[in-house]
Amino acid sequence: MQPALALVPKNYLTEKQGLLSWFFTTDHKRIAILYTASITALFFLGGFFALLMRLELLTPETNLVQPETYNKLFTMHGIIMVWFFLIPSIPNTLGNFFIPMVIGAKDLAFPKINLLSWYIFMLGAAVTIYALFRGGVDTGWTFYTPFSTSYSTTYVVAAAIGILIAGFSSIMTGLNFIATIHKMRAPGLTWYRLPIFVWSMYATSLILVLATPVLAVTLLMVAVERLAQVGIFDPALGGDPVLFQHMFWFYSHPAVYIMVLPGMAVVSEIIPAFARKPLFGYKAVAYSSMAIAVLGFLVWGHHMFVAGTSVYSAMTFSLLSYFVAVPSAIKVFNWTATIYGGALSWDTPMLYAVGFIGLFTIGGMTGLFLAALGLDVHVTDTYFVIAHFHYIMVGGTVMAYLGGVHYWWPKISGKMYPEGLAKLSAMAVFLGFNLTFFPQFILGYLGMPRRYAAYPPEFHMLNVLSTAGASILGVGYVMPLCYLLWSWKYGKEAEPNPWRATGLEWKTPSPPPTHNFEITPVVTWNAYDYKAQQEELQLVP
Amino acid sequence: MRSDILQSGPASSISGEYEWFFWTMVTVCTLVALGIAIVLVYSMIRFHRKRENQMGSQRQLNIPLEVSWTAIPFFAFIGMFAYGAKLYFDIERPPDNAIPIYVVGKQWMWKLQHPGGQREINELHVPINQPVKLTMTSQDVIHSFYVPSFRIKQDVLPDRYTSIWFEATRPGKYHLFCAEYCGTKHSGMIGWVYAMEPHDYQAWLSDGGAEGSLASMGQKWFHQFACANCHHFDSAGRCPDLRNLFGKPVELSTGETVVADEGYIRESILDPRAKIVNGFQDIMPSFKGQISEEQVIDLISFIKAIGPQSNIEQHTSPGSVPQEYGNQKGIAGPGTVSISGSKPETR
Repeated sequence: MQPALALVPKNYLTEKQGLLSWFFTTDHKRIAILYTASITALFFLGGFFALLMRLELLTPETNLVQPETYNKLFTMHGIIMVWFFLIPSIPNTLGNFFIPMVIGAKDLAFPKINLLSWYIFMLGAAVTIYALFRGGVDTGWTFYTPFSTSYSTTYVVAAAIGILIAGFSSIMTGLNFIATIHKMRAPGLTWYRLPIFVWSMYATSLILVLATPVLAVTLLMVAVERLAQVGIFDPALGGDPVLFQHMFWFYSHPAVYIMVLPGMAVVSEIIPAFARKPLFGYKAVAYSSMAIAVLGFLVWGHHMFVAGTSVYSAMTFSLLSYFVAVPSAIKVFNWTATIYGGALSWDTPMLYAVGFIGLFTIGGMTGLFLAALGLDVHVTDTYFVIAHFHYIMVGGTVMAYLGGVHYWWPKISGKMYPEGLAKLSAMAVFLGFNLTFFPQFILGYLGMPRRYAAYPPEFHMLNVLSTAGASILGVGYVMPLCYLLWSWKYGKEAEPNPWRATGLEWKTPSPPPTHNFEITPVVTWNAYDYKAQQEELQLVP
Repeated sequence: MRSDILQSGPASSISGEYEWFFWTMVTVCTLVALGIAIVLVYSMIRFHRKRENQMGSQRQLNIPLEVSWTAIPFFAFIGMFAYGAKLYFDIERPPDNAIPIYVVGKQWMWKLQHPGGQREINELHVPINQPVKLTMTSQDVIHSFYVPSFRIKQDVLPDRYTSIWFEATRPGKYHLFCAEYCGTKHSGMIGWVYAMEPHDYQAWLSDGGAEGSLASMGQKWFHQFACANCHHFDSAGRCPDLRNLFGKPVELSTGETVVADEGYIRESILDPRAKIVNGFQDIMPSFKGQISEEQVIDLISFIKAIGPQSNIEQHTSPGSVPQEYGNQKGIAGPGTVSISGSKPETR
């Protein structure tokens, strides 16, 4: 076969060779690959911390690690997973790769800024990992004051600076996406013809740009307070510790939507593709993304119902939190309605997407418990909250990320992944996830507080179940890493459109050429319009 | 039932309502989730792709459906909000007759003080069927006072008071946890709440080995810190009259009115310039750094105890505070009003 290679047109992977061609690339697809490699490594680092925590919690006493170490483990697990995996996960990998492709563009609006954002991200990760290897941080990922500013003896400033630096990468990515989506859509691709993927990424980008600066300010103030004792947050110096919580959650609650909106974006592509049916209630889903982005800024106080704020402020935030649940409910119902009446095929991406609906629904519904003021008092700061946000972020975002990686793998690598193994790993992830985190809802209801290195013996059995689940989940995550890498070299060649999906990214070869499209596409149809593209896709009703 | 046997499960006056609401929510959510699951599983079987080139139905909008699955959750959510808020008010507002207990959290222990002067560490003894109000502060970082069986939790903050109340309904020994991460031994900042039959509680109180009631200790500090030099018990002094002050509105020099609750008195001792009483000069020195949180609590108990009939002569020597100031009913002399009706700044 070797001689035939010369006849194959060059694609983005083969056009240039050598490591330098990767480190100096401005191709959004190559930068997406750089990001994927980085966040995969960071995901397994964060996962390793989680594994150690689950092993420590296998027995009620502290025996594997000392409490000091345990506290550093959950802190670094949170910091790595939130800022160095979940927030960049879908936007910087699948978003980077596919936003230009699904809108028919050659690249992002600012290719060099895109590369710069990766370097800045890596610098932030390096500084954070430096803090980790110098001895770690023990404040929790939430950096609550005055513990973080005046009491912790660990590397708080270094970790805060690392996160601060990574924040600039988020802002650049957000700006780049907003500019790209506004200015670089293919001719005929109006806003209401855009796939929901783009709508959701647009909503995500707005939050990235508007919320991240607040995090930067907050972390800077923590660092300044710690270094110079200026008295912003520490009451002993005249500051107010609850002010920190307001500022932190003003960023960190919208950040939850930075993490989950891209998951919704991916699922909204996978479901129509495997049901061969337009997304039900397109406009309702699109507006829901925007509503989540706006309302998400108005609910931060629901993290503070027992923190010492007034009952009236608590009532306001509770009501607004219920409002933000409405668009999420609308989305779940529309995805379900899309599946109903489709021509369904249960390939791996669809398994992940349906898993996402189930787990996100449970995560969202337990959020209704936490938004109810009186119920929150008992279950907040317990394992109930841990289970709730892992259902959203791991059950939701990570499932969607893996679904998206499988869905677009043929386009990214030009190869098919092994379907049987992939289905097996999707099952392992789903079962392992539920076994890990469902017992934690019960633990929280029974009153086990979070961030405890040791716990009373009556919580033992449920913790054993949770650790057992985590080991299955770990296997479920390692499997795709292995078989996807294997398939990159040995997998079956992929057609341009193996799923017969409707997006523009499927109308160009797999893997795509460097400039994505030989001819700029002209769009005359709505998103997911199988009828309009019926002949081209060789489908029959 | 004995109070030294570990109990789990709900055991307070609000926990019945809590459980009802919690399990109603579980039922409603489970039914909706089951509905979604049924549609998904049915579709899985019924709409499986039969031919490789088959296309699904092209239906993409149903306005009545969209409206109903927007409006029904919306109104259900308003209902959840309203009931949750009602329960929250019940949890946050202590009844007037609650026993006042003071809590100081520090890395990594709980110090608790009864009005009779009994002091406990990581243990709290309370009678059943009687409300108990905790007024809490921290000496260092933020902690959180959490008794799962009572369905209550409240963060404990440095430099201010927060409060929470409960009424135990079953004798037994219950977990007390710190629920806000507070450093290395966070998971060791735990203890027990012993809910006792009232007569057992009385017996425990009399064995409690108190040095003297909080109010009598406060009286001692009142003289030791020379408070009495200015705060005469008459209305002609240079400083505000502290008799019958607690729980009453106070008019400030700014024209605002505040209620003289624990938080107000604490602030007035540690940061007297923050709120100046109308008609008085800003002459009081700050006691910040000179007085411990426990001493502030004693002083507050003393101020609560001095009713309108008190005069300075009755209070010239420590130990002369009448017995009722220090008993388990706790609050105060005649005419003292509890603050529970309003929402003080301690929340």
